[in-house]
Amino acid sequence: MHNKSVAELSRDLESGNVSSVELTRDFLDRIKSEDTKYNSFITVSEEQALADAKAADEQRAAGNATVWTGVPFAHKDLFCTEGVATTAGSKMLANFVPPYDGTVTANFRQAGAVCLGKTNMDEFAMGSSNESSFFGAVTNPWGLSNEQKRVPGGSSGGSAAAVAARLVPAATATDTGGSIRQPAALCGITGLKPTYGRVSRYGIISFASSLEQGGTMARTAEDNALMLNIMAGFDPKDSTCVDRAVPDYTATLNEPLKGLKIGLPKEYFSDQLSPAMEEQVRNAVKEYEALGATVKEVSLPNARLAVAAYYVIAPAEASANLARYDGVRFGYRCENPKDLDDLYTRTRAEGFGPEVKRRILVGTYALSAGYYDAYFLKAQKVRRLIQQDFINAFKDVDVLMSPVSPSPAFVQGEKSSDPVNMYLEDIFTIAANLAGVPAMSVPAGFVDGLPVGLQIIGDYFDEARLLNAAHQFQQVTDWHQALPR
Amino acid sequence: MSISREDIEKVAVLARIRVDDAQISALESDLGNILNLVDELSAADTENIEPLSHPLDAVQRLRADEVTETNRREAFQAIAPATEDGLYLVPRVIE
Repeated sequence: MHNKSVAELSRDLESGNVSSVELTRDFLDRIKSEDTKYNSFITVSEEQALADAKAADEQRAAGNATVWTGVPFAHKDLFCTEGVATTAGSKMLANFVPPYDGTVTANFRQAGAVCLGKTNMDEFAMGSSNESSFFGAVTNPWGLSNEQKRVPGGSSGGSAAAVAARLVPAATATDTGGSIRQPAALCGITGLKPTYGRVSRYGIISFASSLEQGGTMARTAEDNALMLNIMAGFDPKDSTCVDRAVPDYTATLNEPLKGLKIGLPKEYFSDQLSPAMEEQVRNAVKEYEALGATVKEVSLPNARLAVAAYYVIAPAEASANLARYDGVRFGYRCENPKDLDDLYTRTRAEGFGPEVKRRILVGTYALSAGYYDAYFLKAQKVRRLIQQDFINAFKDVDVLMSPVSPSPAFVQGEKSSDPVNMYLEDIFTIAANLAGVPAMSVPAGFVDGLPVGLQIIGDYFDEARLLNAAHQFQQVTDWHQALPR
Repeated sequence: MSISREDIEKVAVLARIRVDDAQISALESDLGNILNLVDELSAADTENIEPLSHPLDAVQRLRADEVTETNRREAFQAIAPATEDGLYLVPRVIE
């Protein structure tokens, strides 16, 4: 049962092969027995899940089922869930039980889906290895046979590992600089970061407001489409959300790819990419040619500046967003503060981990008097240059294809002592966040027995085309079905 | 570009994060490395380029000035570290 996709489980529920309560119990048992190896969950909300499953079965019996009614899934622990702890992977929010549902959370609830719990993540979504979580590192289900614990990527490493290990068929995630695509690639699953503004950010704990976007993780492109169908849409509660019609993302999955124009950004096939990785990505592109697509080289001349621009803008926005954690209204508070300043400074010193502090300090520096123009304004100007590169590229081609990460999953501890080395994990993913365009990671082969992801980047609001391209690829390949070993 | 001890101390005050001496030494090297990385930006030609703050160049939406939320003070204060009579408690500010 646990190898089935959301689409298959939905059909099983509809035909009466299984009830949601049975399915939910099955997955909960699996989490209990298996997750000791991965640590992919921070909270398992067993009671709530079983109550929701019972309600879902009743709803189905009454003839009011949606595709999602009774289907188990998990939320990244950045999505506020009323009554269930939402920690952002931080000591600061270890005791935080939101008094409200975020919009995405409410959408899944309304569709009748059954949330099994909250997945582990880098603290406040800052990281590329899921090692900065207050609740411990997550272990990638891949590579365990070599007795080497590898990272699942980050920041949505818990969601990616849980889906890869078949603990849930699907999980929500967020992507600020690659936090959906890189872990999806490293864990051999399919993930989508939608266009900025496509999915409401209301109730997603904020890190970098102009970059982050909620998105989808599952094993198949079809399941990603089913998720986006209920996640996308306008929300008056998010002032950056875009008011634009939402298509049925499953309706175009079977369109033929004949005539699809693919661009390969030459900057993304650089010497930072290992030859073995490049071979897998180029083989995947050949599959697309066999499906009728045409391929040409394109250029994103400013892409090399993306990491630098990101590490000004993201920390700057984080320093503002995380100012709210002051020990007064919710979350962690230090013991026996002697005055107000002691309350603030000690609460934040004790509540935040090292990477979060580094980013707050860098961001505060970049925004401080005398440095604002040289850093923040300069980075925002470079951001427009990067966006212009994508606009120009999409005049010529329909999608861009590239690697997701420069190498496959690395061993835990290998990069955690050097922040800058860790940041370079995202050299191929960050530009899409700066430009705000949608991008996917699709399983496309193996290097040294570890999964490799193909990145497909689309034009604004072209998620349907990305999902179509990924789905067609998955009809002729089986990388996405491989079992971790 | 390097960042000095004094800069770090100043920024830590602005960010309201207490840092001790041992941490400052580590931060000098970590933040210095990060600033070296972002210094690549200074070489970019951004003459006459408008800064981009929202990828879709959207502007803030306005809504009618109507009450849409209900008062949920009790639910919100139930998760606060310390409250009294509907107020949040902090250490005394004025003696």
